[in-house]
Amino acid sequence: MQRRTILKGGAALGFATMMGGKLALAQGLEKVKVGFIYVGPIGDGGWTFQHHQGALAVQEQFGDKVEIVWQENVPEGADAERALTQMALSGCNIIFTTSFGYMDPTNAVAAKFPDVKFEHATGYKREHPNVSTYNARFYEGRAIQGHIAGKMTKSNKIGYIGSFPIPEVIMGINSYFLHARKVNPAVELSVVWAFTWFDPAKEADAAKALIDQGVDVIAAHTDSTAPLAEAAKTGGKVIGFGQASDMAVPEYMPTPRVTSIIDNWAPYYIKRVQALMDGSYAQVDVWEGIPGGEVLIGEITDAVPADVKAEALAMRDAIAAGTYHPFTGPINKQDGSAWLADGATAPDGDLLGMNFYVEGIVGDIPS
Amino acid sequence: MDIGGINPAILIASLMVASVPIMLAAIGELVVEKAGVLNLGVEGMMIIGAICGFVVAVHSGSAVLGFVGGALGGAVLSLVFGLLTQFMLTNQVATGLALTLFGQGLSSMIGQGYNGIKPPATEPLNLGPLADIPVIGTILFRHDWMVYGSILIIAAVWVVLKYTRTGLILRAVGESHDAAHALGYKVVRIRLLAIMFGGAMAGLGGAYVSLVRVPQWTDGITAGAGWIALAIVVFASWRPWRVLIGAYLFGGITVLQLNLQAAGAAIPVEYLSMSPYLITILVLVIMSSGRGKAALNAPAALGQNFHASR
Repeated sequence: MQRRTILKGGAALGFATMMGGKLALAQGLEKVKVGFIYVGPIGDGGWTFQHHQGALAVQEQFGDKVEIVWQENVPEGADAERALTQMALSGCNIIFTTSFGYMDPTNAVAAKFPDVKFEHATGYKREHPNVSTYNARFYEGRAIQGHIAGKMTKSNKIGYIGSFPIPEVIMGINSYFLHARKVNPAVELSVVWAFTWFDPAKEADAAKALIDQGVDVIAAHTDSTAPLAEAAKTGGKVIGFGQASDMAVPEYMPTPRVTSIIDNWAPYYIKRVQALMDGSYAQVDVWEGIPGGEVLIGEITDAVPADVKAEALAMRDAIAAGTYHPFTGPINKQDGSAWLADGATAPDGDLLGMNFYVEGIVGDIPS
Repeated sequence: MDIGGINPAILIASLMVASVPIMLAAIGELVVEKAGVLNLGVEGMMIIGAICGFVVAVHSGSAVLGFVGGALGGAVLSLVFGLLTQFMLTNQVATGLALTLFGQGLSSMIGQGYNGIKPPATEPLNLGPLADIPVIGTILFRHDWMVYGSILIIAAVWVVLKYTRTGLILRAVGESHDAAHALGYKVVRIRLLAIMFGGAMAGLGGAYVSLVRVPQWTDGITAGAGWIALAIVVFASWRPWRVLIGAYLFGGITVLQLNLQAAGAAIPVEYLSMSPYLITILVLVIMSSGRGKAALNAPAALGQNFHASR
């Protein structure tokens, strides 16, 4: 008898909170609890570090009107669902999941929590109205790095450490190679797949394997600064780039880090939390790049000759102005079949589903 | 000299370097398990060793002191495990797992402010004319002292376990703590010492990662190497020299597959990456079948707590 009363009371209370939540959402929220799911540690100095900078910017912008929670080192796959569920249950209003591998878990958990907003980085699945996706056009930065790589390589061998063979990474490889080949027809690209986002020792080994093969410019699509540390051991013979974060560590400048791609997530995070407070929040699919300020090019050091630096900056400005698209035809696929006609630019759909190398790259993409 | 675009001498040399951390951690864990204690906290002790070694090396300016610091850091953390399991008789599996979580968190805290600093370099030993011998010189005589040190440690553990009274006592404790106790040996004390040795070795391996392999500090830098070390001990069926083989196999396959890719060889790397784990699973299957020879070598009292009142 007593237990039933308690249950009733609980149900009523739950209902009231639910209604309260709904009501508040329509008008905008007074206080927002924001969750972040990270694939690596914040101290990786790269990808996750940069997302966390965005989280801190949200905190700074809104002060005590927001509460920030985060979880580091969440494995991609089934365990991510547990972490996400826990975060949703703990009262988060909006959760940012910051790695490609959280795509399915994000959608699965979003179905169970229709009142919580989910934002998935770098994915393309929006199966529920409360799932948005956001991404940055990293390939624009890769174009500039490719240009520098093509100009600066002495061995005509350039390298790329790939994480996983997903469109995101493949379009970076293609953009990097196309622009290196454009300025240096003799350039050859070696790709090494690390099959991890974060494993400093393995990333360093991958860089070493490339260096052993005579590669002298290394771009990495993994999250730590380890490839730069390995390049630094060669005493200036091998150069590399900051990835995801500026990685502008004095020790690595002017070489091996000659420039970087910086992911600037803060404006987007602030905008989304603001929308939630205003009540203007709506599902989106955002893909900004250099023009929108979501991708920044880090300082180009003096190790790069002045003329190359000027060309690189000109390319950045052209991309920012919208006058140059890194994937402008004619471009053939690896097998020689035509992809883009002369003057045509790549449609976003092609890029987001990119599963082929462009003509000139040797090797197969692992399936 | 090149096979498929890869110089095998350089490959073997890189493999020897890549294997040092897991080899050290594994030989330490082997001694711990030989004493009948299962410490699953290797990953935690490694990463504590990595940050302690890094901090000491940066402040003292000496890589050698850094390694000492790493070993001490690992040993001190292992003492937490030792006190909990040997005196408070906590469950070893749970305590070991907790130790890993604790180590990761603590290392991240200690490491605040150490990102982006370069530690003092550990140069290869100058072995003079030996290093100039073709092929063999490249493979064997151009390493830093830790590479040789780790092999010496394996040899030392082998000698001690096999030929000395100390080794006999350690094994006795691991096979039957009750019998060892009845003979008057201090089971808890011996186990504590073994645990500390294991912690020191794991710490040394961790310090090698942050001081030589990837000379920098990054949160979570060991990235699961400790778990591989645990697998190697099983793979090696608790024999020191097989730890060396296991470490070269696990470390070697990683390096080999990366080099094959860099050289543009068309082989499916996924299968190669999988193979050491498949072999480990196979060893586990053979062991648990009961008829496998390897099963005889697992310490009989592994993972069992001891209390003198029993």
